[in-house]
Amino acid sequence: MRVIEKAPARAISSYLYRNPKARLAGLLALPLTWLIGVYIISLFLLLITAFWFIDPFTSKVRPGFTLDNFVNLITVPAYFATSMRTLGIALAVTVLTILFAIPLGIFMAKIASPWLRNFLAVAITLPLWAGYLVKLLAMRLTFTEQGLFNWLMEPFGIRGPGFGIPVTILTLAYLWFPYMALPVFTAIRQLPNNLFDASADLGAKGWATVFRMVLPLITPAIIAGSVFTFSLSLGDYLAARFVGGTTQMIGSIIASNISLNPPVAAAFSMVPIAFVVMYLMVARRTGSLERI
Amino acid sequence: MNRKKLTIPALLAAGVLVLSGCATDSGELKLTVPDVPMKTALGEFEGELNIVNWSGFVEPAWTDKFTADTGCVVKPKVAGTSDEMVTLMRTGDYDIVSASGDAALRLIVGGDVAPLNLELIPNFSDEIAAGMKGQIYDTVNGKPYGVPIGRGANLLQYNSDVTGEAPKSWDVVWEADSPYAGKITAYDAPIYIADAAVYLMYHKPELNIKNPYALDETQLAAAVELLQQQNKIVGEYWSDPVAQITSFVGGNTVVGTSWEVLKKFAAKENLKTTLPIEGSTGWYDAWLLSTTSPNSNCAYAWMNYTSQASVNGAIAMNFGMAPANIAFCSTSPEAQAHCDQFAAEDEEFFSRIWPWTTPIEECVDGRTNVKCTSFQDWTNAWVTVKG
Repeated sequence: MRVIEKAPARAISSYLYRNPKARLAGLLALPLTWLIGVYIISLFLLLITAFWFIDPFTSKVRPGFTLDNFVNLITVPAYFATSMRTLGIALAVTVLTILFAIPLGIFMAKIASPWLRNFLAVAITLPLWAGYLVKLLAMRLTFTEQGLFNWLMEPFGIRGPGFGIPVTILTLAYLWFPYMALPVFTAIRQLPNNLFDASADLGAKGWATVFRMVLPLITPAIIAGSVFTFSLSLGDYLAARFVGGTTQMIGSIIASNISLNPPVAAAFSMVPIAFVVMYLMVARRTGSLERI
Repeated sequence: MNRKKLTIPALLAAGVLVLSGCATDSGELKLTVPDVPMKTALGEFEGELNIVNWSGFVEPAWTDKFTADTGCVVKPKVAGTSDEMVTLMRTGDYDIVSASGDAALRLIVGGDVAPLNLELIPNFSDEIAAGMKGQIYDTVNGKPYGVPIGRGANLLQYNSDVTGEAPKSWDVVWEADSPYAGKITAYDAPIYIADAAVYLMYHKPELNIKNPYALDETQLAAAVELLQQQNKIVGEYWSDPVAQITSFVGGNTVVGTSWEVLKKFAAKENLKTTLPIEGSTGWYDAWLLSTTSPNSNCAYAWMNYTSQASVNGAIAMNFGMAPANIAFCSTSPEAQAHCDQFAAEDEEFFSRIWPWTTPIEECVDGRTNVKCTSFQDWTNAWVTVKG
């Protein structure tokens, strides 16, 4: 009989082979520590502050239980208006990116030459490599009073909107466009060419093909992309600060209260979470979350 | 527009951070503060000093010599806002902070910082500008808590290509019929409520505001109403210096609140600053010592070291503010030019400035028959201003 030399690594390996539970624990220990210990706990610690008090004298946070911070979200007109404004901006950004992404996706996937398609794919993803603040300042410089936009449009008698909600929507759409364009492009690319041929054979013109064939088939991809554009817009505050003029978003209130009044900031951070959960529940019904 | 030219001052300004402060003659004013003992004698240096500071206050150019002299290794932590400074100091991990007045009084009444024994800081002398000594924001019940570093005023900046003459009054940024509606910038922080109060002190004497940092509920409501009126004509609020500079240079803003140093970075002939008839607010910075500092000997040595003319002047020039130690001004023509630009020796100028002070429930104007609004009230009010 041959004696098997058991190296330590071999010993561990055979132990794990005999114990499926230990195997599973070993596999999940690291990611679960991260997910629960770092990710969930820290978020929970932040959110629990929403139920706490602030000492008016020293601005120090005192543990306790109050729902006042949540009641204020509804009853203070400025808070409520800010939540609704942010929701509106996030929805507008999502619609805008969809409007840009579909024609571009159809062109890239079905019309453009391979060279042009690769070029456009790079052009879409390239801005992702640039810093977020750099892109914000670029938009700021573009739409400033004596900036590129007004200079280009001056011969046509058009003046830019100035910093405000429209430029904020445009800037956020610019920032999050790749997250919408890429899934939409991929989805359209997967549509067989003969579907377009069949649509034409049945007498559908261009628009009819887009609305009745392409759109229903890529809806899951659009919803997947919109989860990103919508939730990222809800949480943003630097765009409002740099190109928003006097626009105040949920993020602006959180940012200005995080040191001054953490309970209000924490209560406000629940608002985007609530919006996104509602959005995801709607999206889940369409089955498109499986495509993310 | 020359974009390349714009980016240079913008990058420079990126280092400049938001400040805050406060002021009045303390007189007989009595505030309730925790009883924190004062250090009576210096001991051995601990070898380490942890500082919370504004960007540009702690640089190797002057910390290296300090470390060589005392053996105290300086570990700076840059904070971006007064609120961040307060939060950091309350962790107890830091020995000393370069607080502006709006942070200082909060830390003092919270018992987070200790009164100072000025006998242990010989460089805190007659050379320190008179207007920076004994002010309410860092001197409470006769006890000094701060060693002055420097100060700056919140001035009215205007684009002379558009306005022509310097505006005489702040009314161009407050009144609904301002000719520059939509091209106005305002400072984006609750402490800006004090600027509205300064304007009301002059134009609405019936409100009886004696100190813009001691507002009762009626007075705060009046200030908020003025700010809400302003909100309709403001083009942009600024808290980021880069945004403010690009706004003025790019033509989006014609008039608005600014600092001398931002005008300097903008480096445009047509951008000028003025101090209107109503006066204004300003930020006065001082070193405060943590109550729980384990390195208090190093901290005292640091406060003394940075109070001498050469080091104090270096900090002031690096940041872009008036130095506290005005003996610095006569050390060189360059220093004199700096002092002149920032009005360092002009007490008449600074007598029209209300240094940023944390509003607290006890009225800092000495009234005892009413409760004043606290900074927490101001914070809540500020959100409703921006709507």
